Parts: sequence; structure tokens; C-alpha cells
Amino acid sequence: MSLRRPAKNQPEIFEFSSSSLEEANKVVSKYPKGKQQSAVMALLYIAQKQNDNWIPLVAMKYIAKFLDMPYIKVYEVATFYTMYNLSPVGKYFVQVCTTTPCMIRGADKLVEACKEKISDKENELSNDKSCSWMEVECLGACVNAPMMQINDDYYEDLDKEKTVEIFDKILKGEDPKPGSYRGRLNTEPENNRKTLMDVKNA
Amino acid sequence: MPKLKVNDIEVEVEDGLTVLQACEKAGAEIPRFCYHEKLSIAGNCRMCLVEMEKSPKPIASCAMPAAEGMNIKTNTPFVEKARKGVMEFLLANHPLDCPVCDQGGECDLQDQSMFYGVDKSRFKENKRAVPEKYMGPLIKTQMTRCIHCTRCVRFATEVAGVSELGAIGRGEDMQITTYLEQSMQSELSANVIDLCPVGALTSKPYVFEARPWELKKTETVDVMDAVGSNVRVDTYDWEVKRVLPLINEDINEEWISDKTRYACDGLSNQRLDTPFIKYNGKFEKASWSEVFKIIKSKFENSSKDKVCGFVGDLTNMETGYIFKEFFDKTLNNNNYDSRSDNRFLDNSERKNYIFNSSINGIEDADLIFLIGANPRYEATILNARIRKAFVNNNTKVISLNDVGDLTYSYKNLDGQTQTIKTIFEGSEEISKEIISAIKPMIIIGESLLKLNSAEHLFNIIKNFLMKNNKFTEDWNPLNILSCDAATVGNFDLGILNKEKNLLEELKSNKFEIVYLVGQDNLEFNKKEEFVIYQGSHGDKGAEIADIILPGSAYTEQDGYFTNLEGKIQKAYKASYPPGEAKEDWQIINELAEVMNNRKLFNDKEELESSMFNYLKLQQEKRTAKNQEKRNLEFQNEKLNIQLKDYYFSNVIARSSKTMIECNNSKFNIKSTGTEG
Repeated sequence: MSLRRPAKNQPEIFEFSSSSLEEANKVVSKYPKGKQQSAVMALLYIAQKQNDNWIPLVAMKYIAKFLDMPYIKVYEVATFYTMYNLSPVGKYFVQVCTTTPCMIRGADKLVEACKEKISDKENELSNDKSCSWMEVECLGACVNAPMMQINDDYYEDLDKEKTVEIFDKILKGEDPKPGSYRGRLNTEPENNRKTLMDVKNA
Repeated sequence: MPKLKVNDIEVEVEDGLTVLQACEKAGAEIPRFCYHEKLSIAGNCRMCLVEMEKSPKPIASCAMPAAEGMNIKTNTPFVEKARKGVMEFLLANHPLDCPVCDQGGECDLQDQSMFYGVDKSRFKENKRAVPEKYMGPLIKTQMTRCIHCTRCVRFATEVAGVSELGAIGRGEDMQITTYLEQSMQSELSANVIDLCPVGALTSKPYVFEARPWELKKTETVDVMDAVGSNVRVDTYDWEVKRVLPLINEDINEEWISDKTRYACDGLSNQRLDTPFIKYNGKFEKASWSEVFKIIKSKFENSSKDKVCGFVGDLTNMETGYIFKEFFDKTLNNNNYDSRSDNRFLDNSERKNYIFNSSINGIEDADLIFLIGANPRYEATILNARIRKAFVNNNTKVISLNDVGDLTYSYKNLDGQTQTIKTIFEGSEEISKEIISAIKPMIIIGESLLKLNSAEHLFNIIKNFLMKNNKFTEDWNPLNILSCDAATVGNFDLGILNKEKNLLEELKSNKFEIVYLVGQDNLEFNKKEEFVIYQGSHGDKGAEIADIILPGSAYTEQDGYFTNLEGKIQKAYKASYPPGEAKEDWQIINELAEVMNNRKLFNDKEELESSMFNYLKLQQEKRTAKNQEKRNLEFQNEKLNIQLKDYYFSNVIARSSKTMIECNNSKFNIKSTGTEG
């Protein structure tokens, strides 16, 4: 993972929408007076959500002014955490988990699908500018490996075919169903339970 | 007070000190990169690892508070191995470019790797490369060399008060930068060069100039402002290459301002290196004996009260004193002054024109009231102290004027003198705050003293403080913030004329001969006057001169300066004046010999002892009554703070190319290549 840099093409203005503003004020109010800087991470996330999944420099400036802190401090935080995107990522932002459990279960096939369907390289927009993908570390759904995250939803128990199917739907503008793609409910065992057979409520 | 053992030596340290400080007290040296006494503790370089009994792992001594009963070892194989390991990691990404690195020879990393490191590298992978960052005209960056100690970031945030530096990215990819690579807007910015333990931040004007071991080092004082920062002047072949700070806890701690550090290239530009005479509006070179002869005949052909003299802002006290003696004894008149403006001065007491609470006192103060002063530009180091007090003690700062960003927050009033009057008549909220403060500080800037009702205001401020018993044995709340290095020294020497208003008379062209010693700030329309200018640089004073006597700058002669607190300090000779230029006292002494066939002083020692004798006598009997005719009436005025251009405040700074660059970067002036 190399240093993530802010995008070259930056918008001129950024302002919180009324719903973002409300949310931001709510976060700030959780901290004691004078310690409002503590809300910086939450606010960056709100800004990212509002701005199609990425944070432009003006948003960092806006947040710095909002919280009365130096620009560089916000910039430091935004560049430190990998979940803040500093350049445009597309309306559908695909994060493929490639940490060990997923990797063993074939995450590299998912990456192949991404390369075929979206773009050759990570963090590059697809032809119609609606999608981008990146490899990420463990997303905490190892039971349903291999998996990927698109915006806020998890797509689990995948293989190459199913991934391509999902991408096709996305590229057509449809919303594919999140969750397991082998018909599991959440993380329950496939077929039948194999342990704790005598415990009724387990 | 915890007691602990360091290498079996028992030490007792104050509460709150760290293991590292305890080790130092016990005489054990601990290598370090990120730890710095004047900055907060980061604990990220891990070089200061020591062994602590009962701890399975080595501890970072800079971040561990010393506690009762600790048993610390700093010389065991365990510690040695830990240091070697840390060193190896630090060097993994550090380039081996010491031969072309400006830090070479005074590099912490170089020294410590010689001492504690291993001689071979096991790191076979590619080294990290980091692009250079732009940090302004003073700081050259070579960020591949950075070891991420974050000293510079902490300095900028804590001491300089400009949060512009930061560490972006993480882990191996962490990079130190200013926000979007803008230049650092601080007058203390270049101190990060001294703080940087490696060659990542080096001095841009000094790049590839010299190696530290080639330089002759002279410990002296600075004259760029009245603070009198202690500095070390490094010379190579009699050229001043750089100026570095010396530690003086009472004055500048460890910092110096950018002007102090970088105006030194002005010492080799625009210099007057030979006497000049003006014929038909053109200067022609002359010899010393020629110019002395002309001056003699001029003095002899004009009546003595048609002669006046002015001393400048950078002249040392010896020159001032012999100048005064020259007028008193050789010319028999007292038409001399050191003020170049209509500044009010009550010199019946020394306390009336110095910074009485002292610079150290700022940290004890509980209320600071700035009247007509902008310490950020008038005394940068002093401003850093006010910031320190503000950060550590939450000292309240009030300013009469809105003077922009002072690097700390303050309450600003409307800037009218009426406000000063009502406050010091005791009827305002702030009056009560001053009364209830135990150690208040009133800092009066020169801008106030130039007002028409300056005397009135000065007296009501003083009387108010007196009435409320703010003057105690260990506290004097009244402070005058002088701007120039020579100001207080000249006042101590009494280079003043209280009977006449010399400036008015000069402006109405009443004099025939005007003798200027380093005085470039006079504003008058020259008509028939014969102007003699003695000084180091060809500036405003030399422009109007008829005869130029080339003198020396502060690095080229020994000389005393009294700083704004009234501390007398000696500046030492680090280099020689250029060409035929002479030391200033010598010129006046020789001129006196030409005039009267008798030198004023046989040598420098005699001059010095005579001067100190005079100062002593002055301190014992200060009788001079305030005879100046001034407007004692009050009138409401707007107090405008008249700032000299910070980067061009004196002749040396005006001749410095680096200062021009600083000014350009501050106001975002792009260079066009046609500046000349």
C-alpha cells in the first residue's frame, strides 16, 4: 500500500447538506465543549458518504473550519486511515477482501472478475465511471469467505461466476441482493447444524 | 521525589521527570532522536531504550516517568543489542548520501550510528524514496533522509504556534509536509533545521557552502531586534556563512528568529569598503587622510552649534560613547541624539525605558496587556515566550489593537487612546482585572511613545500601577518594548538631547553639518547641509551623504549591546571589515586626533573602562529632569501600530537577498527574473 494522494481534479466547493449537517452536529455534541476536534473522524466519514464515497480537499478544509482546527491535522487523519478515499471511487465502490481466509477460499478469482468487469487496475474508474474496486484487508466476514463489500452491503459466499453476475447487474443500474450467494441465512452452517445438536436454542 | 538507581548509582529526581532525565542526572548518556527538552514527548524513535529491572522488555526512557525504586541499567549487552536493533531499522531506509549531505559532521544519526550502530547493513530490499517538499525559501528538504522523529511538527505546533507541519500517511510511507506544500508562515520556521537530527531539513541559503569543521565559530549576540538573542556566528575565510542560536534560558532559550539567522548574507552585499567623497553628485573613492582633512576644514569653518549628530539603530555602545565624547570634548556641543523619531522618553529613571518584568518574567505573569505593540514582528523571540506562557499557564493576553495573528488568542480592544485613559483611570472591567492580577504586565510599544499625548498616557499608566501597589520588590509591571538593538544602550549612555528638538531643527534645515553614525532612518529634505555618513552599508544614509566613512557591522568589531531588558552583552568580532573599512570607534578616535592632535582614547580598553565608569555614575545619579516641551494635554487619537517592514527593518536585512525571498514568499510574490 503506497501513500494515498489527493486527486488531481478537485471540486471548488464543498458544504454539508442539511442531513449531513444535522448528523455532524449530533456527533459534535457528544464531546465536551472545546474538545470538538474529537469528531474529526466521524465528520470525514459523513463527508465521504455525502460526496460519492470520496473526500475532496475542500471538504477537509470545510471540516477543519467546522471544528476549528488546523487544516494539516485533518489532512493527517484523512491520509492515515485507508478507509477514507482521497480520489473519486465511483458510485459503486467495490472492496474485495483478500486476507488469508478469503484468499484460501478463492478471493483471487473475485479480483480477476473485478479486473475483467470493472478496470485493469485498482482504484480506477470503470468505463462508464460508475464503479471502482480495490483490495482490502479483512472485513470480518471470514465465515462467509470469499466476500466483497459494495458501498454499505456485504456480498458473501462468492465465486467468479456469481461476482460477474453481480457486476453485470450493477453496470446495468440494478441493485443486486446483498448477503450470502449460496442461500445461507447470515452465518448459519450450510445444510444442517453439526455441533450443539442437543441445545435447542443454540 | 522518587529515588531510583541508574547503573547502581542512586539518584533522587523531582516528581514528573522521566527516566531519561534521571539517567542524565546520574551521568549516563542516552542516545535519542525524537526527544527534545523543549518539546513534548513523542517516544517514537525508540533510540533511548534502557533496561529496567523486572521488565522483560527494554523501556523507552524518554516516555517513562521516573518512579520510586526503579533499577535502570544503561550499559548492559541487552541495551546495546536493543540500540543496535533500533539503529538498524532507522538506517534501513536512510540513504547513504552523507558525502553530499549538508548535515554531515553535525548529524545526530551519523554520530550515533558510529557509536551505537552496526557497521554492516543486512537490508537487501529497495530503499524508500520520498519526493522533496516545498517548505518556503529557508528550508531545503530531502525527505528520503527523514527518520520520522516529528520534532519539526512538534516545534511548529507548540513553540512557533503555527500548525502547518504535519505527518501524512502512515508506517513506512509516512511523510512530513506542510499543508499542500505551502511555505511555513512563521518567523521562527528555520529553527526546525537545528532540530532535525538528520539531513532531511537543511538550510536553503547555506546549501553546500561549507562543512562544519571548516568554520570558525564565534559566540556573540544578535542585533536584528532588541531582544539580544545569543548566537554563534560561523565564518569561513572571513565571510559570515551562517548564524546559529546559542542556549540562553533567560533570553532566547534555544530559538532565534529567521531574520537573526538569515540576514547575515546582507553582511556581504552593499558594503562600504572605502571612503567616498561626493563631487558634483557623484561618489568618488578617496583615502582616509583626504576625507579627514575635508571634515576638519568643514568643522573649523562652521560655528559649533550648527553641527549635529545622530546615532543609528545598530551601533554598539562603544561607538555611541566615543561619538558622544567627540561631540562633548572635541566639538564642545551637545547636539546629538539617538532617536530618529519623535519618541517620548522620560530618562529620569532607567525603569522608564526598559522591559522591567524581564523576558523570564513573562512566564510568571498572570495578565499581559499589549499597548501599541505587535511583539510577533517587533520581538519575535519575546512573542514565543508570551505564547509559552499562554500555552502553559493560560495567561490572559489583551491587546489595545487588533494586530492580527500573534500565534495565541487574545482579546482586542478598539485601539483608541481614550480607551487607555478610561482603563487606567480605573473605571473599566479591565482595570479591575489589572488590579486583581498579582503579576500583571503592561507592554508598551514604541508606537504609543510616538503619539502626541504619549507623556500623558505614560504617566497615567504608571500612576495607576503605582496607586494600586503593583510595583513590588520582585515585580515591576511596566515594560517598554524597544525594537532596535542599540536603543536601550544609547539611552543608558545619554545620547539624547532634551533641551532642543533636534529633529525639528534638522527638518527646518538649521544645521550646516550633519554627522550620521549608522543612522539611516532620518527623514529630512537635504538642502545646504554637509552630511557625513559613517556606517557599514550603502543605504538611505549613504545616499544623502557628502562624505562616506566606511565602518563595520556587528560581526566585525567587538562591541557591547544592551538588550530591551537592560542586560548588557558583548558582541564579539568574528570577521574583518571589508576593504579599507575600520572599526567604528577607531574612525571617530582618529578623526578626533586629526582635529585636535590628540586621540580621545589610547586604546579600546581605555574606552571600555571609561564607558563603564560613565554608566556606573549615571546609575548613581540620574538627575536629568524631563525638560522636553511636550503636549501634556490629553487628546483622543487612534493608535496605529507603525511596523517597520519585518524583513527589511535595518540596513543588514535590507541588503540581504534571503530576506527579499522571505518577503516574497510571505506575500506570494512570484519572482520574474528581472529583479536584478
